[in-house]
Amino acid sequence: MPSDRAPLSLKIAAGAGLLFLHLPILLIFVYAFTTEDKSYQWPPPGLTLKWFAVTWNRPDVWAALRLSLQVAAISTAVALVLGTLCAAAVSRAHFFGRETVSLLVILPIALPGVVTGIALRSVFHIAEIPFSFWTIVLGHATFCVVVVYNNAVARFRRTSGSLIEASMDLGADSFQTLRHVLLPNIATALLAGGMLAFALSFDEVIVTTFTAGQQQTLPIWMLEELVRPRQRPVTNVVAMVVVLVTLLPILGAYYLTRGTDAVAGQGK
Amino acid sequence: MMRAFSDTLWRRPRLTIALLLAPPLIWLGVVYLGALAALLAQSFFSIDHFTGQVNRDLTLATYAELLRASNLDIILRTVTMAALVTLASAVIAFPIAWYAARHARGRWKALFYLGVMMPLWSSYLVKVYSWKLILAREGILTWGAEKLHLAWALNGWLALPVVGGNSLSVSATGTFVVFVYVWLPYMILPVQAALERVPPSMLEASGDLGAKPFQTLRHVLLPLAMPGVVAGSIFTFSLTLGDYIIPGIIGSSRRFIGQAVYEQQGVAGNTPLAAAFAMVPILIMAAYLWAAKKQGAFNAL
Amino acid sequence: MSAVSFDGVSRHFGPVRAVDAVSLDIAEGEFFAMLGPSGSGKTTCLRLIAGFERPSAGVIRLFGAAVQDQPPYRRPVNTVFQDYALFPHLNVRDNVAYGLMIAGQNRADRHRAADEALEMVRLSGYGARKPSALSGGQRQRVALARALVMKPRVLLLDEPLGALDLKLREQMQDELKTLQRQLGITFIFVTHDQGEALSMADRVAVFNEGRILQTGTPETVYFRPDVPFVADFVGSSNILPAPLVARLTGTHAAAALRPEALRIADAGPLRATVTALSFLGTATRVVLEAEGTRLTALLAKGAPRPAPGDTVALAWDAGDLHLMAGA
Repeated sequence: MPSDRAPLSLKIAAGAGLLFLHLPILLIFVYAFTTEDKSYQWPPPGLTLKWFAVTWNRPDVWAALRLSLQVAAISTAVALVLGTLCAAAVSRAHFFGRETVSLLVILPIALPGVVTGIALRSVFHIAEIPFSFWTIVLGHATFCVVVVYNNAVARFRRTSGSLIEASMDLGADSFQTLRHVLLPNIATALLAGGMLAFALSFDEVIVTTFTAGQQQTLPIWMLEELVRPRQRPVTNVVAMVVVLVTLLPILGAYYLTRGTDAVAGQGK
Repeated sequence: MMRAFSDTLWRRPRLTIALLLAPPLIWLGVVYLGALAALLAQSFFSIDHFTGQVNRDLTLATYAELLRASNLDIILRTVTMAALVTLASAVIAFPIAWYAARHARGRWKALFYLGVMMPLWSSYLVKVYSWKLILAREGILTWGAEKLHLAWALNGWLALPVVGGNSLSVSATGTFVVFVYVWLPYMILPVQAALERVPPSMLEASGDLGAKPFQTLRHVLLPLAMPGVVAGSIFTFSLTLGDYIIPGIIGSSRRFIGQAVYEQQGVAGNTPLAAAFAMVPILIMAAYLWAAKKQGAFNAL
Repeated sequence: MSAVSFDGVSRHFGPVRAVDAVSLDIAEGEFFAMLGPSGSGKTTCLRLIAGFERPSAGVIRLFGAAVQDQPPYRRPVNTVFQDYALFPHLNVRDNVAYGLMIAGQNRADRHRAADEALEMVRLSGYGARKPSALSGGQRQRVALARALVMKPRVLLLDEPLGALDLKLREQMQDELKTLQRQLGITFIFVTHDQGEALSMADRVAVFNEGRILQTGTPETVYFRPDVPFVADFVGSSNILPAPLVARLTGTHAAAALRPEALRIADAGPLRATVTALSFLGTATRVVLEAEGTRLTALLAKGAPRPAPGDTVALAWDAGDLHLMAGA
């Protein structure tokens, strides 16, 4: 059986590839504790916890975090509604233009972020819409729809159409069927899609730079620090926290869709 | 009352579909396609270089400006980088995808899967930032090179034109490494999906027919993985074409398309030229997708 | 008054005429089978009765009232689905009680009713299980209980035995018949298995290409098929072409002759060559060729057996040769 023995060279190459993927992120964790605050010196001259306290007392970090969470929450909510509606329409019926609808949903992440960003900026400019919280949400929700859509479509496909018919056969109208049969059956897929959409929005920077005006989301704050470093250790700590915070929804989404839908989160 | 509305929906299935589709289509169709149309329109506007005002008469002048040597240089550099990144990602992704698809079982398989998914979904900026730490002159890579007595090799590489620079974090090599790092998971997943569809019996058949493992790899596994590689390359290529942050943070002063778009619309205030620049990745990707579709790569997505 | 009546009902999917101008009357309390090959329109007819499809033309009446504009939840019928369609997120009891819950019955009442229905299908004690923990046969009983608990006036069954193995299928055939007699309600079931239709139903409608070719008791469709398709599909009759029948009887029409009605005799109106024999236990099947027509005869145990290649004479009782309309 070819699946029993892997050649040693394959094992080494695969292992090295995985290390390549993970070591850089782990390195961030070490830097969060370094005493060095002027350069990226390795190995760290000493270890300290004081940067956590410093970061804790930085109002600009808190403001950026709060904005990011708000944007992610509202974008996720919008994406959940739009993505689910779209998935329901596409999977329930064969209608003219189905493929076009799928393409339209995928387009915002299939095209490079810089295109989406400048396209939205052009429209704000032409329509003379001032930048605000809502322009950020508009951009984020647009590319979050696809994540919810992908998860919901996969689940709808698995949920047999006869369940809906059975419910209506037993006396339930469309809304009762939605509440008692459809939602319970797609709930975990929606939760997983929502978590991934949240993570996507929380992390987004390229489109945001075009739609944000003066406001700073956490990624924009980090980008500023990367381009013009002010206090490197604070950036290190924020980076570590961001890694830990984004990890949770990913693991959550994975466990929710494990063994059911093909792969949650493919097509980020 | 809900029942009466439900009755209407049952009697008119098309109305149901229309009601379901209206909100997403209004959002995506009007907002997003409208935005793309606005972008296209902008690229046919021009800028008055004296007043800095956008002139809204349709013209091809901006495209003429796009085709200047310095801009073509940017486009060529970006496309070359995207191609190299795609190639390198495919080479690194293959063993991981192969192992995960054909050898990992049970818990190991889940671990491999998460091992790819977590970096994929980790914060993009944090990933870029980690490489700023690694590639810095005082960072872990220089330190490692010294410990291994390989500093001469590193310095020699940095002394080279085009790929070298003051340190790796301000060199084209650095840009390349970070691009590969950040987009690698997008290549692994489709390749793994493609390899998982290969029935094990096919590999055994090849072995039975007297093929050495390397020949099986060359003549059976690689061709079967190709649709996955093409699917993955759609991501790596598109993402590299449009990125402006990675070359801005880690790289030399030579610009890429994404940076040109960002700077033209921001600092330079030349939105028409930025729009024209943005059309380049759109056109390249449209051609790429068309070619990929002919290869049947979408089944591996 | 008919339980179900179709008046010129059609259902077209684009150019495909899934159901084509079907008229039909099913009496109250009848056990009615819709028989036909796949794609013949029988399942679409069932779905039209349930309300999962809407007719392109025609009138569907349930107990005299036109229902083609009524959604499924307003019709006094319930369905047992081919894939059972049990709700995976509910346990067996809540599956059975689902319709009562929607109807607004309180928890205690509907659970009592559900347990009674489960008892009727001999699944007492399974209420707390999830459908995924049941076997195929058990799932089917749950689906049956879930429909019957609603006390429908018509029960629709879509290939109810299709997914069961042979032994279970025979057992369920008997149970369904007993159940229908006890409850006295109309059962309409769809099947492609002619044996199932003949053994269970009071009346059978034979479908092909969106139309009903013949409706009648099992005996009628078996012994007196109207058209060659029915003769062939319901129990594989021999079909004698019109010219041959004209020579034998003087009437120009195709005729059906059941394999068990054919005898190998010393003398008879038709000579045939034996091409194959197969032993079936209670009988022997003989394949013959007579004047370019392939015939099958079932010889009872003890009858003299010819050998392949023999030329024999075939005889039958005049009443067994059934003349049909149509070519």
